Amino acid sequence: MSTSAFPAERTKGIREQSLFLFFWVRFIKHKMALIGGAVTLLIIILVVFAPMLSNFDPMTQDLLNRFQPPSAEHWMGTDDLGRDMFSRVLYGGRISLSVGLFAMGLAILLGCTIGLVAGYYGGWVDAALMRMTEIFMSIPRLFVLIALGMFLRTLDLPFLKPGSFVPISLVIGLLSWMGTARLVRASTLELREREFIQACRALGGSDARILFLRILPNIASPIIVSATLGLAGAIISESGLSYLGFGVQLPTPTWGNMLSNTQSQMTTAPWTAIFPGLMIFIIVIAINYLGDGLRDALDPRHTFKK
Amino acid sequence: MATYFARRILQSIFTLIVISMILYGLISIVPGGFMSAYTERADFTPEDLARIRAKFGLDDPIPVRYVKWLGNMLTGDMGNSFSTKRPVMQEIADRLPNTLLLMGLMMVCTLLVAIPLGILSAVKQYTWFDHVTTTVAFAGQSLPVFWFGLLLIIVFAVTLRGADGKPLLPGSGMYTLGEPFSLADRIKHLILPVSMLTFVSAAEYMRYLRSSMLDVINEDYVRTARAKGLSERLVIYKHALRNAIIPLVTLIALDLPSLFGGALFTETIFAWPGIGRLYFTAALKTDYPLVMAVLMIESALIIASSLLVDFIYALLDPRIRLS
Repeated sequence: MSTSAFPAERTKGIREQSLFLFFWVRFIKHKMALIGGAVTLLIIILVVFAPMLSNFDPMTQDLLNRFQPPSAEHWMGTDDLGRDMFSRVLYGGRISLSVGLFAMGLAILLGCTIGLVAGYYGGWVDAALMRMTEIFMSIPRLFVLIALGMFLRTLDLPFLKPGSFVPISLVIGLLSWMGTARLVRASTLELREREFIQACRALGGSDARILFLRILPNIASPIIVSATLGLAGAIISESGLSYLGFGVQLPTPTWGNMLSNTQSQMTTAPWTAIFPGLMIFIIVIAINYLGDGLRDALDPRHTFKK
Repeated sequence: MATYFARRILQSIFTLIVISMILYGLISIVPGGFMSAYTERADFTPEDLARIRAKFGLDDPIPVRYVKWLGNMLTGDMGNSFSTKRPVMQEIADRLPNTLLLMGLMMVCTLLVAIPLGILSAVKQYTWFDHVTTTVAFAGQSLPVFWFGLLLIIVFAVTLRGADGKPLLPGSGMYTLGEPFSLADRIKHLILPVSMLTFVSAAEYMRYLRSSMLDVINEDYVRTARAKGLSERLVIYKHALRNAIIPLVTLIALDLPSLFGGALFTETIFAWPGIGRLYFTAALKTDYPLVMAVLMIESALIIASSLLVDFIYALLDPRIRLS
């Protein structure tokens, strides 16, 4: 008689499940996360296909048609220089999302590298890197972002196009890696002593092999979650900085800087202040719900606290 | 215990010094830098500029200048503002009461809103009340604050009109121009900025308290309290809340530096003459002494508040100071 803990009659009807399917089933239970993912995707598609969706050029001024309210021709109205708001919102989204992705990518790259190295090597390397992380965490983030934006405005670098989104992305990325670094370090510390890592080392695996092929894939879940939430954060940071005039410079549109001069136009043309901000709000809340759902799906230890 | 405290204090001082070096270095390597107020003036000859450079000691190597600057900072001499020519300390002291009024009021309102909502939504988990509050709080955390401010102005200071045809609420400043000070007028000017700030930070606090309440409610000692027949009210408010609120106290302590820095976006949008707006205008005018002073004070406050949190924890939890 079989003594197996899983006799055939008990496992009947249970299909084998891949890891991906396991996550997917958990993820689609989270309705808001699904909607969030769909909305994010939709906005990305709209922004990518901007030239096909809008008949207007985002930069062309039409001073005879300033401050037109939303109509069949101008879906979101026109701004103070008669430019089509819908077209500017689409093209502005390209910049805003690029900054978000670029800054988030940099933050994740820095955070993972610093966290992996600190957690794996330990000792004085760990101490030095963690002290550096702490220093970066003690910096008043918004204030320093503004100061750096101020420098970038005065610097006037010849190799940078005016209105380029690269410097602002670098600045945001450089100030947002600390959370990821701490997270990755903690997970690396835990994994370092596990048997499969020891086995890899015993077989002569190099440090790089252990770090990037053994440890990194095993901590992918929290990194994916923190990347998603980091993307939302970076989009908010960009919009705030550009709104204040320290981010991407006009006339290049972004969702943030389109709101810059709207305060004086609010009595006559409130729509100029509504649409760009609405886009920021929609994409940020969509990404945040997506991140929430990913966290619930990817982390089995995470208790469902919806 | 004493060694732990001493080590943490030394670490904090080290952190602050490194931050001051980074910030000072950054300003020093920017072309123009401390001189930008003069180089932009057409009527200054190169000889004039050279004389000014020498007078400010800008020809010294950066480390020498840094030490001098640090010495001045420590004695409270933060230099003069480029744009107003007044001492930086004076500028900050003028604005500080306004920021403290705004932020203090915001803190009180936030706690008044967030604590009851956090407790209720945890106790009534998965009811419609819970769903509505958590959804609104989630939206509040995803809201770009400055845009929310613009919307508030559109609704309450532009569209909605009072009985006299004037806007319902003032959308900028601290007082109505040309009118003598009155408490009613000041309160009217406070309503919009304070509600905007309260909404955003109450959203965060409420979500935080709700999840720590949910953790606590499932603990054994709460079940014990129920089992011995205590009323639900006593269990929630006396046994559960006392423990659930500790993480929130940490969050509040870490938010204390913002009482000084103020709400930059809020003060900018509502033209509130506080530190945040002072910093914003200083950055627009590349007023380096003022920018540096605010950055340094804010960094010091952030470091001090995390030190405070560590101390409180060490006092409460013996495991931390022994490790």
